[in-house]
Amino acid sequence: MATTAAPTGGTRNGAGPEWGGFEENIQGGGSAVIDMENMDDTSGSSFEDMGELHQRLREEEVDADAAAAEEEDGEFLGMKGFKGQLSRQVADQMWQAGKRQASRAFSLYANIDILRPYFDVEPAQVRSRLLESMIPIKMVNFPQKIAGELYGPLMLVFTLVAILLHGMKTSDTIIREGTLMGTAIGTCFGYWLGVSSFIYFLAYLCNAQITMLQMLALLGYGLFGHCIVLFITYNIHLHALFYLFWLLVGGLSTLRMVAVLVSRTVGPTQRLLLCGTLAALHMLFLLYLHFAYHKVVEGILDTLEGPNIPPIQRVPRDIPAVLPAARLSSTMLNATAKAVVVTLQSH
Amino acid sequence: MAEAEESPGDPGTASPRPLFAGLSDISISQDIPIEGEITIPVRSRIREFDSSTLNESVQNTIMRDLKAVGKKFMHVLYPRKSNTLLRDWDLWGPLILCVTLALMLQRGSADSEKDGGPQFAEVFVIVWFGAVTITLNSKLLGGNISFFQSLCVLGYCILPLTVAMLICRLVLLAKPGPVNFMVRLFVVIVMFAWSIVASTAFLADSQPPNRKALAVYPVFLFYFVISWMILTFTP
Repeated sequence: MATTAAPTGGTRNGAGPEWGGFEENIQGGGSAVIDMENMDDTSGSSFEDMGELHQRLREEEVDADAAAAEEEDGEFLGMKGFKGQLSRQVADQMWQAGKRQASRAFSLYANIDILRPYFDVEPAQVRSRLLESMIPIKMVNFPQKIAGELYGPLMLVFTLVAILLHGMKTSDTIIREGTLMGTAIGTCFGYWLGVSSFIYFLAYLCNAQITMLQMLALLGYGLFGHCIVLFITYNIHLHALFYLFWLLVGGLSTLRMVAVLVSRTVGPTQRLLLCGTLAALHMLFLLYLHFAYHKVVEGILDTLEGPNIPPIQRVPRDIPAVLPAARLSSTMLNATAKAVVVTLQSH
Repeated sequence: MAEAEESPGDPGTASPRPLFAGLSDISISQDIPIEGEITIPVRSRIREFDSSTLNESVQNTIMRDLKAVGKKFMHVLYPRKSNTLLRDWDLWGPLILCVTLALMLQRGSADSEKDGGPQFAEVFVIVWFGAVTITLNSKLLGGNISFFQSLCVLGYCILPLTVAMLICRLVLLAKPGPVNFMVRLFVVIVMFAWSIVASTAFLADSQPPNRKALAVYPVFLFYFVISWMILTFTP
C-alpha cells in the first residue's frame, strides 16, 4: 500500500506520504499550486481520467501482488521467473521516480504562492490607494511609503485595455496585421512593464531607493488617471475638454509619482533626470492613446475632400448623418458637443 | 488481503491492524454509492465505471455527457446557490459555448478591407486566457476553489452571452436602424447582467467574505469585453 504516488507539492506532510496531498486539500488555505497533480480534488467527475491514474496504480499493485504470489513458483523456474520479476520491478521503480521528479518540477514552477503576498489587500485599501494616486504630496524630504501590491495595478491595466478596446471600436480603427485585442493588451502591458523596467533602471543609475515591485505598483496606480481621462474623452470628443483633462488629471497623477520619486532620490541632477523622464513618458502616453484612436472616418472623408488632404491626417471632423445608426449614441454626443462648441464660439 | 478489499478512502488503515481484522468477514458491496460531501474521490465508483464505460456504446457515452451538460445549462439559466457546477465540473460545456461564440463572431475573410472584427482564434484565446487569469486572481486572493472548477463555472456562465449573440444575429437580419441598435443594446446588457449574477452565485462562496468585490471585478471586466465584442459585431 505504501507504493501509492506521493504528491510532493506540499510542505506540510503530517500524515504518511500518500495522504499528504489529501491533508493539504482539506485545510483549504494550503498551497495554491495549480493542483492538477492533486488527485483528490476531482471529486465525483465522471468524465475525468484523473482517477484512471490511481486505477492503473491499483492494477499495478494487484499485478505486483500477483507477481509476488507467483514468484515463489518462479523460483522453481529458475532464471526465467526471476528476470521477469526483476524487470517488472525496475520498470515500476523507474516510473515512480519519473513521476516523482515530474511532479516536483511542476510544483516548483507552477507554484503561484510566490505572488500570494502581493495580492493580500482589502477593498477599502484598494479604494483609498486609488484616490491617493491623484493627490500629490508636499513633503519630499522624507521617503514616502509605497504599498507593494499588484492587485490594484493589474486590475487598472486590464481596465485600461477594456477602455482602449472601446475606443478602438468607436473610432473604427482597422488593424491590418494583427488583432484589436492583441494590440490593446500589448500596448497597455507593454507600457506598464516596459516603462517600469526602464525607470527602475534609471533609478538604479541615479541611486534612488525604490524596488521593482514598488515601481510597478507606483506606475500601475498612476494609470488610474489615464483610465478616467480616456473613459470620458473617448465618448465626448471635444479637443479642449481633452486638453483640460490631460493637464489636470494626467498632471495630478504624474505629480504624485514624481513627488514620491523625488522623496526617494538624492541630488538635483538625479532627481531631474528621473522625474523628467517619468513625467514625459507618462503624459506623452496619454496623448498618444487619445490621438491614436481618435474618432475619425478616414475612408469616407478622404473621398469627399479629395486629394488635398493627406491620408494620415487625424483631425476631428463632422460626422455626416448618413452613417449607419450603429454609432447613434456617439453621433448624438458628437452633436451635443458641436452645439456646445458653436455656442461657445458665438460668444 | 483484507485491506485491498476495503474502501481505499479510509485514512486510518494505512497498515493492517488487528483491530480491523474482523472486518475481513464483511463484504463491502461495490453498489453502495459514495457521493455527497466526501472529498475523497469515489475510487470504487470509478473502478466500477471503468469496466462499464469502456464497453458501453458511443451513443450511451455521448448521451450521458450531453445530459450532464444540459443539466448544468439549466443551473446557469436559473442560478441558485448550489454547487452542482463545482462538484461535477467538466469542460465540455465551456468548449461547446466558446466554439459556438467564436464561430458566430468571426468575420468572413472575403472582405479583408474591412477586417476589423475578431477572428476565431482571437475569441478563443480571450475566453480561455481570461478565464485562466480570473482563476489565478481568485486563488491568489485566498479563494479555496480549484483551478478547473473555476474554469468550469466561468465557461458555463458564458451561456447567456451566447444566447445574446444568437438573438443579435437574428435582429441584424432585420432593417438596420436606431431601433435595431437599441434592441441589441438592451439584450446584451440584460444577458451581461445575467452572466455576472450567475457566476457570482457560484463563485462567491469560495472567496473570503470581505474580498468578494475584489474577485468579482475581473469577472465583470471579462464579461464586459465579451459583451462588447458581441454588441459591435456587424456581419
